[in-house]
Amino acid sequence: MAETLLSVEHLSTVFSLRGRSLFAPNVELKAVSDVSFSLEKGETLGIVGESGCGKSTLGRSILRLIEPTEGRVVWQGKSLTDLSAGEMRKARRDLSIIFQDPVASLDPRMNVGQIIAEPLKVAEPSLSRKERRERVEKVMEEVGLAPEMINRYPHEFSGGQAQRIGIARAIVTEPKLIVCDEPVSALDVSIQAQIVNLLKALKQRMGLTLIFISHDLSVVRLVSDRILVLYLGRVVEIGPRRDVFANPGHPYTKALLAAAPIPDPKIARQREKTPLRGDPPSPIDPPSGCAFRTRCPIARDVCAEERPPLAEVGAGHHAACLFWEEVRADPAIAG
Amino acid sequence: MVMATRMDTQALLALSDYTIRFTTPDGTVKAVNGLDLTVEPGETVAVVGESGSGKSQTFNGVFGLLAGNAETSGEALFEGRDLLKLSPRELDKVRGADMAMVFQDPMTALNPAMKIKHQLAETLKVHKGLKRREAEAQALAMLKTVGIPEAERRIEQYPHQLSGGMRQRVVIAMALLCRPKLIVADEPTTALDVTIQAQILDLFRDLTADAGTALVLITHDLGVVAGIADKVVVMYAGRIVEEAGVDALFARPAMPYTAALIRSIPRVDRDAEAVEPIGGRPPDLIHPPSGCPFHPRCRFAEDKCRRERPPLAEIEPGRRAACWFPFIDATSATGEAIRSSETLDG
Repeated sequence: MAETLLSVEHLSTVFSLRGRSLFAPNVELKAVSDVSFSLEKGETLGIVGESGCGKSTLGRSILRLIEPTEGRVVWQGKSLTDLSAGEMRKARRDLSIIFQDPVASLDPRMNVGQIIAEPLKVAEPSLSRKERRERVEKVMEEVGLAPEMINRYPHEFSGGQAQRIGIARAIVTEPKLIVCDEPVSALDVSIQAQIVNLLKALKQRMGLTLIFISHDLSVVRLVSDRILVLYLGRVVEIGPRRDVFANPGHPYTKALLAAAPIPDPKIARQREKTPLRGDPPSPIDPPSGCAFRTRCPIARDVCAEERPPLAEVGAGHHAACLFWEEVRADPAIAG
Repeated sequence: MVMATRMDTQALLALSDYTIRFTTPDGTVKAVNGLDLTVEPGETVAVVGESGSGKSQTFNGVFGLLAGNAETSGEALFEGRDLLKLSPRELDKVRGADMAMVFQDPMTALNPAMKIKHQLAETLKVHKGLKRREAEAQALAMLKTVGIPEAERRIEQYPHQLSGGMRQRVVIAMALLCRPKLIVADEPTTALDVTIQAQILDLFRDLTADAGTALVLITHDLGVVAGIADKVVVMYAGRIVEEAGVDALFARPAMPYTAALIRSIPRVDRDAEAVEPIGGRPPDLIHPPSGCPFHPRCRFAEDKCRRERPPLAEIEPGRRAACWFPFIDATSATGEAIRSSETLDG
C-alpha cells in the first residue's frame, strides 16, 4: 500500500454574501460542499469543472489560504485545520501553490531573486544570504531560467518565463505537495506544452504530489493519475484517469468530454452536437436533489427528490448518479 | 517558384500586400507584413496563431479599429471596395450592415447601461431605417434564433443580468441582425466554459450554413478550428506561413510550425505521457528574425532559412506555405516528416 499523504474529509467552504437589499439577510454561497478524497504520495489528482464549480476554492481551502467552514484536512496524519497560525506556517514549507496568472502573481517591485527567495525566508530563516542565493540559483536552473536573470523584474518576462518563476518559487522550499491552479491556462499553446512537461519532470525528480486544477480536460488527461470532477461545489465523479475518460459514470463528465474540442477534423465532424443546454445554475440557490438535473439529458423525476450518493462504479471509481449503469453502458468518446 | 494565382471571381474579402505597423517608443512594431488573404462568400476561414502573430490586428485593421499609432498599407477589398480608402462615415455604413465583428469579451460590444432590446433595435434603426416597433420585433426574433431561452424576458434586461454565454449569444444576434455577408469572430469562445463553447460553436455552424454568411474565426485553439473551418490560415510573426483546407492541414501540415503546433496540443481523446513543446520564445516584432521568422525555433532550419525569407508559395493546388523545405509527403501530423528537395532551388 502506498503512503497516504493527504486526506480531505467532508470539506465545505461557505461564503457569506450581502443580501439583495440593506435589510435583507445575508445569503450563503456554498462554494465547496462535503468534499472527501485522499491522495497518495507521488500521485497527481486532476480537479476539473467549469467556472464557479468551486475548484479553485477547494484548492485554496486545502492549503487554508481560504479557511474551510467544515471538515478536516489531514496532512501526514496531522489535522491541518486544527493547527495554530504558527504551526501552520511551519507546515507550509511542505505545501505550495502555483497560480494561473503568472505575471499578476509576482510582486512587480521585487526582482526574480527576491521573489523566489521569499518562501525560504519563512521556511528556513537560519540560512545565510549566500546559502539562500545558492538555493535560488539552483531552482532557477531546474525550471529552465538562466541564473543571470536573477536581478531582473517580472515585467521583463514573457508569460511562459513568468510561470517558470512562479514554479521556482513554489519548489524552492522542497515541498511535498503543490496545488497547481490553472497553471497553463493563460499561456500560448506552444508554451503550455513546455510548462506541462516541466511540471511532469519536476514531479518525477522531486517525488512531488500534485493537485492539478484545470478547466481543460485535455491538459488534465495528460498530467493526472486520478480525476475528480466538481459540479456546483460537489464531487460528481472521482476515479482513475483511464477509467474516467474511457467510461465515465456521470452524465456531466460525459458532457464535458463530448464538448471538449478535438484537433482532428474527421473526428470533429462525426461528433454529435452537445446535449447540454444552458448554463450551470447559481450556487446560491442550487437545484434540489441532484444539482446537475436541470441540464442533464437523462434526468428523471426521482433526481429532484434526493441527492444521489457517490456509488462505486468501478475499481476506485465513484460517480454520484442514480443511473450510472445507463451512463456507462452507452459508449463515451474514443478513449 | 510559382506564386499562388488567384481566381478571377470576386472574393468577398481580399487583402493584398496588407501591412500594419505600430510606432512605439521602443521602435516600430511590424505587426502584419504583406498579407495576401481571401475569404470567399459563405466560406468559414479559421485564422490561427499565438499571441503576437498578428491575427487579431489584421481584422481590427479591416474594421478600422486600430489604435492611433497604427499605420496601414496595401489593400483590403470588401466586394471590390478598398476599406482602407473609405472615409469613417462610409466605413460605418459597411460595418454592422455588411460585415460585423464578435469579440472575445461580449461586454466590449454591449453597452452596460442599455437594455438588450434597445441595443439590438438601434442597429436596425441605424442601418436599415426601421421604425422602433418593427426593429424590436426583429430583435426578438433574432434572440430566439440564437437560442436565448425566455427571449421575451431577456430582451427587457441589462447585459449584467445575463451569463457570459448568454451575453455572447446576444452579441452574435446583434452581429447577425442586418444579415451581414461576413462575420469576423475574434476568439468568441475563449472566455467561455467548454460546455458553453460547444453550444456557441454549434450555433455558428448552423447560422453560417443556413444564411450563407462567411465566417472568419480568429483563434489560438486548433481543436476549435477542426470542428468548424473550411480553410485554415496559420499566422506567425505577422505573416501567413501556411494556408490549406482543414483536412489537408491536420493530416499533412506542410510547414514545420504548423506541424509542431499540432503536436504540441494535448488531446482529450487519447492517453499520452507527454506532448512535444515548441522550444524557444515567440518572436520579437520590433526586431524580427532574419530570413524565415520561425527559424530560431525550427528543428529543420538550415543556412538558407536564416538568410532568406521564404515566400508564401503554392505547394499543391489550393495550398500555400512559406517554407524553403515544406513537408510534402508527410504521412501524418505525428508521423516522420519526409522532406522534399525539389523546392530547394525554387
